[in-house]
Amino acid sequence: MVDLFFFAIFATVAVLCAINVVVQRHPISSALSLVGVMASLAVLYLLLGGEFIAMAQIIVYAGAVMVLFVFVIMLLNSGTEVRRGRSWMATIFGIPALLGLLGLLGVFLVRWFPDSPVVKFGDFTGGTAEKIGYALFTGYLLPFEVTSVLILIAILGAVVLARKELD
Amino acid sequence: MPPIPNGVPMSFYLGLSAILFVIGVAGFVFRRNIITVFMCIELMLNAVNLSFVTFANYHKQVSGHIFTFFVMVVAAAEAAVGLAIILTVFKNRSTLNIDEVDSLKN
Repeated sequence: MVDLFFFAIFATVAVLCAINVVVQRHPISSALSLVGVMASLAVLYLLLGGEFIAMAQIIVYAGAVMVLFVFVIMLLNSGTEVRRGRSWMATIFGIPALLGLLGLLGVFLVRWFPDSPVVKFGDFTGGTAEKIGYALFTGYLLPFEVTSVLILIAILGAVVLARKELD
Repeated sequence: MPPIPNGVPMSFYLGLSAILFVIGVAGFVFRRNIITVFMCIELMLNAVNLSFVTFANYHKQVSGHIFTFFVMVVAAAEAAVGLAIILTVFKNRSTLNIDEVDSLKN
């Protein structure tokens, strides 16, 4: 009952903020709405028993990635998006195609989950930092180490791309 | 009217994930600002992460959380590189409209 209450609140907030990300014309409004989506998703992860993932979501996404976004929006000083005549093809075919995609996902959901089990808060306690750390450093050690190379490449790439020309 | 379940049905979480993903696709397709398009990609990644965490709960295994963790890491790296690319594009073309960045077309 309490689970359903919290799910309803934060799912509504997530969907409204997601719609706001798309319809806002100024990038900074979209960025702030995206922070709302990520925070409410963190609460949903907590309801699903993912404590570590919920905290990582807040720290990595709502903290680091969105600060990066806001910095870039500030640096570029980008104003509101200019509204141009958009192609009629996009309007006519785009929205039915999206509704079709949503319907397709819904059909798969109903077909593959006819009697979906009920998630209760607290019946899955495998998402603690201890369990995830154990899995990360035993079964998933190789992907974890490869990830460090990926991050190194990303740092070098970002520095090379964004540096001032030294000439 | 069925009784109110003690807890949340798992299909609600998956449905929410599908809705968020479709909203992200809509933004990706309809918006013209390159930063907003990038944010919609992050939105889609978040929707998929919600599915991963839900299935981790369904199977009572931690693998879904590990996948979510890796998706987050890749998304952070991608955001750093992508925003650097956006900065370079803006320096060279002084526009953020994706319709005007079409030098590969000709």
